[in-house]
Amino acid sequence: MIGKVVSNIMAETTETKAAETAAPAKPKKKASPAAEKLKAIVQKSYEDAWDAKKRGELVGWSTSKFPCEIYAAFGLNVVYPENLAAAVAAQHDGERMCSIAEDLGYDADLCAYERINLALAHGYETTASKHFPQPDFVLCCNNGCNCFTKWYETVARLRNVPIVMLDVPYHNQTGASQAQVEYMKAQFWDCIHQLEEITGKKFDEKKFEEACAVANENSRLWHKVCDYCQYEPSPLSGFDLFNHMADMITCRCRPEVGEAFKELIAEYDENIKNGESTLPFKENYRIMLEGIPCWPHLKNLFKPLKENGINVTAVVYAPAFGFEYSNMDEMCQVYCKTAGAVCIEEGTNWREELCRDNKVDGILVHYNRSCKAWSGYMPEMQRRWQKELGVPVAAFDGDQADPRNFNMANYETRAQGLVEAMAERRAAKEEA
Amino acid sequence: MKTLPMYTLGIDVGSTTSKCVILKDGKELVGKALVDAGTGTHGPEEVLAALFENAAVDRSQIRYSVATGYGRQAEGIANSDMSELSCHAKGAQYLLKGVKTVIDIGGQDIKVLGIDNGMLVSFQMNDKCAAGTGRFLELMAKVLRVSVEELSDMGMKSKKPAQISSTCTVFAESEVISQLSKGTSVNDIAAGVHRSVASKVTGLAHRVGLLEPVLMTGGVSKNRDVVRAIEEQMKCKIQTSELSQYAGAIGAAIYAYQKAKKLDA
Repeated sequence: MIGKVVSNIMAETTETKAAETAAPAKPKKKASPAAEKLKAIVQKSYEDAWDAKKRGELVGWSTSKFPCEIYAAFGLNVVYPENLAAAVAAQHDGERMCSIAEDLGYDADLCAYERINLALAHGYETTASKHFPQPDFVLCCNNGCNCFTKWYETVARLRNVPIVMLDVPYHNQTGASQAQVEYMKAQFWDCIHQLEEITGKKFDEKKFEEACAVANENSRLWHKVCDYCQYEPSPLSGFDLFNHMADMITCRCRPEVGEAFKELIAEYDENIKNGESTLPFKENYRIMLEGIPCWPHLKNLFKPLKENGINVTAVVYAPAFGFEYSNMDEMCQVYCKTAGAVCIEEGTNWREELCRDNKVDGILVHYNRSCKAWSGYMPEMQRRWQKELGVPVAAFDGDQADPRNFNMANYETRAQGLVEAMAERRAAKEEA
Repeated sequence: MKTLPMYTLGIDVGSTTSKCVILKDGKELVGKALVDAGTGTHGPEEVLAALFENAAVDRSQIRYSVATGYGRQAEGIANSDMSELSCHAKGAQYLLKGVKTVIDIGGQDIKVLGIDNGMLVSFQMNDKCAAGTGRFLELMAKVLRVSVEELSDMGMKSKKPAQISSTCTVFAESEVISQLSKGTSVNDIAAGVHRSVASKVTGLAHRVGLLEPVLMTGGVSKNRDVVRAIEEQMKCKIQTSELSQYAGAIGAAIYAYQKAKKLDA
């Protein structure tokens, strides 16, 4: 009787449901040779580090936004713990590595990238396909967050290696002050002198200028790549930027990155001409995704987006790895402008501009448990975006690398709520 | 020629209860039912059976159905599903015209919805923490050895509400036990528990942006002392409805009506 009740309601409307929900053909992602090249460049950087180690050369670990131009002037091989931690998390070894760190006594409240890296620094191996050698020195620039400071100090102590520290103060005004710029410049020289001691080589100013030129050109091209999201519909899935930005993090001073970006740009131009996209479904809504993705749960993250034709056409995180400047002062300024170092006004305006330029219908915010500094001011930013942009905003709890901090049921409810709010808004606009 | 009425069904399958309603032409409530069994149980089947046992409408007359709540995607439960966020917003507008803020405290969720010009414009939910939810009240009632239904009257009789932490359900339980051993009256403890719920809700409401009129939905809205505590902390009038627990199901039934009209157009 009870089962019949449910099935009777369903039976009458089977026809309706069939009409509404006829299964579409499984969408295929368009192949991109340029994207493959970009992946290969990052992979090579890992191989180069191993090769350097085998040759008895020094290998460093660096934070993602340490000015790579400085170490490039010494011809050093450097790898990036954050990039590896993201790969570890995406390949579902994040929980195990975090648990190892916690069992060693590190707090579960620490950033999951840090916990994964500390486990590695203690000598534990990951099951992920990527690996890099232990460091002979570490490069720490805390423009990303203050977490880096203690993280890298701990690694340096564990591995008994020197730490080159570049301190970027949080600035509570728009743009770094001249005093901060002078502070940065003075530290640049300290870093250079320290690296001279570590490597036994003299700072090569010509190599530094070349590195600056390459990094600038790569940044210019990277910003151009990101700007293609402004097209409606976009010739790319915004999620692709989270993959391609790995090259800007790990290989910003390699000229082959710029060459691959040029090829990527050509692919996007072709997509625009042909009405195609790397997005494997029709773009129905455009959103900003605020925060680092939940790497262990990418499929889950993508599910409601795919089901509702949502393209992430705005992310502040990806273009933030492009640093364009024309002199030393400007170089210091741009390295100060990161999501973790700017005041709430600058951070809000930065995203609002992006949302306007990239024409978003809504915003999805990731309250990233691993990044309390970033997530902490999100609720206030949300309110400001909603007021200034007039678009619906939804937030969900998650974590960039610790899978335990994400709940699919919670995420689906919020994502669905966002879709419904965007749909209502669109319907109201069309009726008006 | 007189148009035949259209009957649509909304079913809200929550964590602890299942509710459903039938609307006539998206407006008139012609049937409702509630069972104390939620997602993952026979709750959905039982509530539908209870509904049609008493409704003046036969199941064959239902044109379209929408499910909401955590159990909304269970196989065969309805023609389509929508989030409880949208459904509660829609249902709240049915219950209180011009409502601007909706506070829903369910079994495991607290949500605060901001509504503007009839549209859901913002929302906040509690995350990974049951402090302040119906489950929290159930646990506290158990510690106090009373039923959840008795908590309201107990709190209303309080002379001096006890201080209870709102941060963690488990720690709050420890505090209640500690208060009991100190000889604090159960009425004062109940009132303290309600103020703890209110502070959790107030925080969320201010994050959304509190605008009146405010409607409270969900089972906890039947607790007059919780409502009073929220009014004191938010410094505004909180309205409730006899149908507060059905807000999600009503919203789902309204959406079902809108979807059916589109299909028939």
